[in-house]
Amino acid sequence: MMREYLERLGKTAERFVDSTGQMALMLAQAAMYAFLPPIKFRNIFKQMEFVGVQSLFVVILTGSFTGMVLALQSYNALKRFGAESLVGPTVALSMARELGPVLTGLMVTGRAGSAMATELGTMRVTEQIDALITMAVNPVKYLVVPRILAGILMFPILTIVTDFVGVVGGYMIGVRLLGINPGVYIGRTIDFVQVDDIVTGLTKSIVFGLITTLVASYHGFYATGGAEGVGRAATSSVVLGSVLILVSDYLMSSFMV
Amino acid sequence: MIKIINLKKSFGDKKVLDGVNLEIEKGKITVIIGRSGEGKSVLIKHIMGLLRPDEGSIFLDDLEITSMRERDFNEVRKRFGMLFQGAALFDSMTVAGNVGFPLKEHTDLNDEDIIKVVREKLKRVGLVGVEEMMPAELSGGMKKRVGLARAIVMDPEIVLFDEPTTGLDPIMSDSISDLVLDTQRVLKTTYILITHDIPFTYKIADKIAMLHEGKIIEQGSVEEMKANPDPILRQFLEGRAEGPIKVY
Repeated sequence: MMREYLERLGKTAERFVDSTGQMALMLAQAAMYAFLPPIKFRNIFKQMEFVGVQSLFVVILTGSFTGMVLALQSYNALKRFGAESLVGPTVALSMARELGPVLTGLMVTGRAGSAMATELGTMRVTEQIDALITMAVNPVKYLVVPRILAGILMFPILTIVTDFVGVVGGYMIGVRLLGINPGVYIGRTIDFVQVDDIVTGLTKSIVFGLITTLVASYHGFYATGGAEGVGRAATSSVVLGSVLILVSDYLMSSFMV
Repeated sequence: MIKIINLKKSFGDKKVLDGVNLEIEKGKITVIIGRSGEGKSVLIKHIMGLLRPDEGSIFLDDLEITSMRERDFNEVRKRFGMLFQGAALFDSMTVAGNVGFPLKEHTDLNDEDIIKVVREKLKRVGLVGVEEMMPAELSGGMKKRVGLARAIVMDPEIVLFDEPTTGLDPIMSDSISDLVLDTQRVLKTTYILITHDIPFTYKIADKIAMLHEGKIIEQGSVEEMKANPDPILRQFLEGRAEGPIKVY
């Protein structure tokens, strides 16, 4: 009984070390190939469109409702201390430092990360990745590099959109619904929010973009076991991607406070 | 010429290749036969560098390829073409995109010249007017033909075929065998095929090699193999359930 348990634990640890190593190797290869010519701009733009443009709707929806609910909740709390004028800065700071990058990361991981893992997983199990290798085309350079670059470039842009629509959503609720003076709302927001707050959020979003695309590429690239394996790859990429976003968010926040 | 010497490969505890020795002649059609799961695909994946052996060597002319670095192997791969079992066409590209892909990656040809070559290769495999179709719109036989057009688009010295007739009806199988013979006669390319389709093998092979339990147990011309009394070979060629090969 004890031996079985230890064996299982050992195998899990071995798998963890193995996959972490492979992922690190993939990242190192991608970093190297990203700067080696020929650089396939067309592939990069295609992935930027997929990760960025096609995620706009979902981040606008998430950002605006989050800003609105933040305004509503913070108004109820701050009213007790007569500090309703701080609703604007509360919404803006929460969005810029935390919720903008984290929600964008989680939503895009769910949408684009799962799709990436599915696409690459399907390519793996139908031997399309092997076909690339036989045609002397490096699959990490051709498939992984454009996805990681798209993540690093588009996540900050999506985060700016989320932050902006969140602040607008908060303004609509705070000013139009709850009756806070618009001048006070905007003035206090400008007083409290520093450039550093926005930079902190954008730095996080770059890391989240890397995590999402690397994890999705890794799981898709090494998918095995037919359609079931592809499904497993998509699920694993979303679960691991989301967990890593939350953990790295905490770690970065503790260093950036 | 390709020379495979004492090639061994295991996956975990499972020994798949257990000392394969085989010579593949230049400009000829060599067919490797054997039961499903005997390691035929593993063997050709070693030739393409998709897998690296635990032991043994593969020589391409005088070049030992199994110990090559990945970047150097890519230069060797440009001398090869490969047709996969399911054709492995890129879902997101049209037929023209698929066939022209190696040209786009490795030559300086412009789009106009690429489409000319693509049309010529598609015509060679019996397909006309399919350039703009997507792989999902093609039948199994058409996919194999497009896969073959892609495999020969760079005029390679060697083409590998992984189960080219699997999943096809007998008429389509026969048409693929004609295609293999026609293209090989015209291009004088070295063809290496793996299959367990015996009528197909008899029709096209210059040389047959049988892989069994990780080793090449018999090899020779079609006539030599037909006359070979080895009971394992006989059972396989005649497709009998009774014999030394146990069916599980």
